Formats: sequence, C-alpha cells, structure tokens
Amino acid sequence: MQYNEMELMICLASRLLEDGSSVVVGTGAPCAATMLAQKTHGPHLMIFFEAGGVGPLLPTMPISVGDSRTFAKAIMATSMTDIMETCQRGLVDYCFLGGAQIDQYGNINSTVIGSFEKPKVRFPGSGGANDLASLCWRTLMITPHDQRRFVKELDFLTTPGYLTGRGAREAAGLPPGTGPYKVITNLCVMGFDEETKRMKVETIHPGVTKEEIIENTGFELLWADEIKVSLEPTEEELRILREEVDPLRYIIGKEAV
Amino acid sequence: MVYQHIADEGIGKLFADPDPDKARDHFRSKSKIMKDKLMSVSEAVNDFVHDGDYLAIGGFGTNRIPTALLHEILRQRKKELRVSGHTATHDFQILAAGDCIASVDVAYVVGLEARGLSKAARKLFEEGRIEVTEWTNAALAWRYRAAAMGIPFMPARVMLGTDTFKYSAAKKIQCPFTGKDLIALPALYPDVALIHVHRADRYGNAQIDGITVSDLDVARASKYVILSTEELIDNEEIREHPSRTAIPYYCVDAVCHVPYGSYPGNMPYKYFSDEEHLNEWLAADGKPETLQPFLSKYIYGTKDFSEYLELCGGLEKIEELRKLEFIEPDGPIVI
Repeated sequence: MQYNEMELMICLASRLLEDGSSVVVGTGAPCAATMLAQKTHGPHLMIFFEAGGVGPLLPTMPISVGDSRTFAKAIMATSMTDIMETCQRGLVDYCFLGGAQIDQYGNINSTVIGSFEKPKVRFPGSGGANDLASLCWRTLMITPHDQRRFVKELDFLTTPGYLTGRGAREAAGLPPGTGPYKVITNLCVMGFDEETKRMKVETIHPGVTKEEIIENTGFELLWADEIKVSLEPTEEELRILREEVDPLRYIIGKEAV
Repeated sequence: MVYQHIADEGIGKLFADPDPDKARDHFRSKSKIMKDKLMSVSEAVNDFVHDGDYLAIGGFGTNRIPTALLHEILRQRKKELRVSGHTATHDFQILAAGDCIASVDVAYVVGLEARGLSKAARKLFEEGRIEVTEWTNAALAWRYRAAAMGIPFMPARVMLGTDTFKYSAAKKIQCPFTGKDLIALPALYPDVALIHVHRADRYGNAQIDGITVSDLDVARASKYVILSTEELIDNEEIREHPSRTAIPYYCVDAVCHVPYGSYPGNMPYKYFSDEEHLNEWLAADGKPETLQPFLSKYIYGTKDFSEYLELCGGLEKIEELRKLEFIEPDGPIVI
C-alpha cells in the first residue's frame, strides 16, 4: 500500500506508545500519532495537554494545545500547574517534542539562531518543552531530518537531552532515569547509546540509504549492530489514520521536510 | 544580604520584585468591601494600566484571551510595559504590533503555535529593541503560584543544565532536606492582570468554564486585576453555586462586560478561534507598510471592541465560529 513520509513517521511514533501509559502531546504529528495509538493498540493511553486538558475524546485535531478540543469530553479541565506537577511527580511516561536544532545528545534548541543578545532568528523559546523533557520519563521527537536541524553545536540549549553525555542530567540535578528515548525522522528511527548517550540509528526507512542519513546529519552518528528496515504502516493503520484521525489531511497532507 | 547556598545563577534580569512583604502591604491596603466595579474597557485600562507596568495576561495565547483590553492598551498608547510571555501568542502579537513592550519574561512568545511566527514580534528581538529573560511555561506558572501563596520563591526540577537557565533570573539551590539540586523560581507579582472569563457579577466574582491555565494564580498574585466577561450575572447566581467561583471579588478591581471579548481567540463552549482573521494578522504584521494600515483599520480607527467585531463580520461571523466550537466526537468534522 502507498504511503507518504508523514504517514510512516506517525505510524512509527504511534507504535512506541504502549497501552496503559501516559503522554503529554502537542498539536500536529504527535497528536495524530497518539490518536492513532488510541484507536489501534492503545485504547487505555492517557493523554495530557500542557494547558490543562486531561483525557479528552478528541473530536478533531486541536489547533492549539490550549484550545477547546484539548478538553472536549475530557476527564478533567484543569490548570497548567496541575499538568506540570503531575509530570514532576513522575506520573507521565512520554512527551513529544520538536525543535529548530537537535544535537547528538538529543538536546534541543527552540530559542534563537545566532547570538542570544542579537539573534538572527528568534523562535518562541521553551514553552513547556524544557519542563516536559526534564520531568517526563521518556522524550520522543518527531522531526524532519536535515543538516540544518541535526547540528554538531546548538546555538542555544533550550531543552535538555542528555546534555554532555552519560550521567550529565543527574549531575545537573534533573530527575534520574529520565531523558530522550527515540527520534523519528523521515529517514530513520534513532535511539540513544547506553554507554555514551549519543544518538544511534536503529532502523532505516524503506528505500533510504545509510549515506543519505550521514549526508543529512551534522554530527557523527552511532549505528546499531544490526540495522533493520523500519516496519511499514499496515493497511489498518493507514485506514484509521486517513479516515478517522486526519480525514482532512491536515497533518498527513503536509510535506515531512 | 547574601544567601550562602546558591550553587549557580542565571544572568537574566528580574523584571518584578519577589518580596512577599511588599506584596502583603499592598494586599492589606486593598478594599475588602464588595462594591460595584463595572466600568467601560477604556475606563478600566485608563485607571489600572500605566506606562512601565508589569502585565500578566490570562488564558493561553489564542484561547480565552482579553482581546478587547489588549486593543484598548494600544488605543491609549501605553508604553514601556513589562510583559509575562506565559504562552503569549496572539496577545503578545497585539502588544508587539503596538510597540507597547520594553521587556519580557519569555516562556513562549513570537509564535502562534502551528499557525506560524509573528514577524512584528520577532523584530523586537532581532533588532534588540526589547529586554529579555528566559523561563519556561511551568516556571512562569510556578512563579505566579509562589506569589499567590505569598512566598518569595518556589523550588522546582526544571531548567536545570540548560541555556534557558543561564539566561533566566533563577538560582540553583540545594534542598535542605534531601540535598537534591533545585531551581529557585522567584515569585512573580504582576502590577496588573487582564483576564477574560465566562461570567462575572459587577463586584468581580467570576466563573471560568474549561481549563484555567494559570489564571487562578494570576488573579491572586496580581496587584490589580481587570476582568472582561462574556456574561454579566447577578450576585445571587454566584451565591447559588459558590464552588464555581474561580476568582473572588477581593482580587478584582474592574469588571468590563465584553461579549465575544476573546475573539479572534477561542472561548470554550462559546465560539472557536477565527483562523482566517488570525492569518490576516500574520500576513499584515510582516512589514510596517502593511501593519500600520491594518492597525489603523482594526484598532486605532475603531472606537471600541464592538466596532472591531463589526469589521470582522459581526454576529454572522460569531455564528459561524459557534458552529465550529460545538463539534461532537463522531459528529461532522470541521477545521
């Protein structure tokens, strides 16, 4: 069955969310992945939105993480502190993030390109990203894969990945046992090496070459001993994604890059 | 006085005084008499927003925002405001377009989430025309919470190890009980808060439907609070359902009756956001040649919010947005 890069990324992300776990989501692809998981293998996934929506029955994709969709037929409509404190207590398994730049340790920049004092480009800043990546157990990233994004040195470290490597999060005072888990791009899925906490390619998408991934990454990647091909979307996943999750192709109609 | 246990500290500037005793003196001086605070938007902004004030804005960027009050700040040409950028999206865009901001505590600004970035807002930063201190959404939310609690700071486990911390005005401390590293977030007592609510009586007792974001704390932390409300209700209705009171009158200084006052933002259970008009804003605010005529037409050239609403399609438009708001799961899907 034919599918596009965005559909593949959403399906791969969706399968990472096991039933009965909890996730803070944003709008866009992460929201589509979470809705897909709920409609396939994860009916008991617990969804949180950082502005205060808890466990909604999403009628359609939210446009804002605080719009009324995020608490439509919800378990609770609460406050941002309640959501962030729930993360700080250790109740939330996953969060989904993106950013302008990502380095080999999964640190993210969403603040400035250029200097802080006089930036070439000013981006929104942390929003809730730093909070969620500090407090949720596992950070997931969905992002286009290119040299501009996957950089050796961030212009600004907005949101913590593994900082400078193994043990650095704990040394900085972040809750132990937390950190980046997987990075899903339009080329491959990467995890993080246990010893060094550097980004490590685990599966390559069908038709993508190792060279292509190297060319599009600004730092040296690690490679798993056995690199498999990423599992393609199933017919069932694509049907649900296209008919129920995003029938107007609001997300899946977009270019991944 | 130097606190001896600071392990590290951000280099950012603190834009508001976290001293709880100064705040106590202020709150002691506020009247506890339940009196009529109903006034026009222009009176409220004129009386309670001053050049240089530290401003907190309720809601969440394009959701339950006090648009009418923000427009009036532009009309009255308020300047040099200090602003809390606690997911400030369209609200920040309005104030940036009016050149009202001197400094900002950033958690999330400039962007309008998935809709794109405001060029007018970006320019303030890229041209170095604004003083900036970095925070996160939780950090600003907890800074309001600390102020609402009447304490000088709140410890938390975010921002550690990052440039967000380096460019903040937070400090790293050790927990006196467990020895763990913590971030100390200074209490944030805004001079004035602008909050849009679903229902309020003329004394300022207010109800909010749906998520409250940080508004319960913002209302309690701020020295002065201006409410705009969709509906003006009788005090009897408040007393009929006291558990529904989100903000009590003694926190509030002005009540403005502004139906559809969050437009073009979303008002939960009332009307959805007007994406078309928000896109018009984004397209217009890129260049002074397009921004100034846009502002003249919609803000400076209108006498109040109802004129603006008329220009945007009036009740017919609101009716469309009401339909978008009431989408049921399994119902017709509209974006």
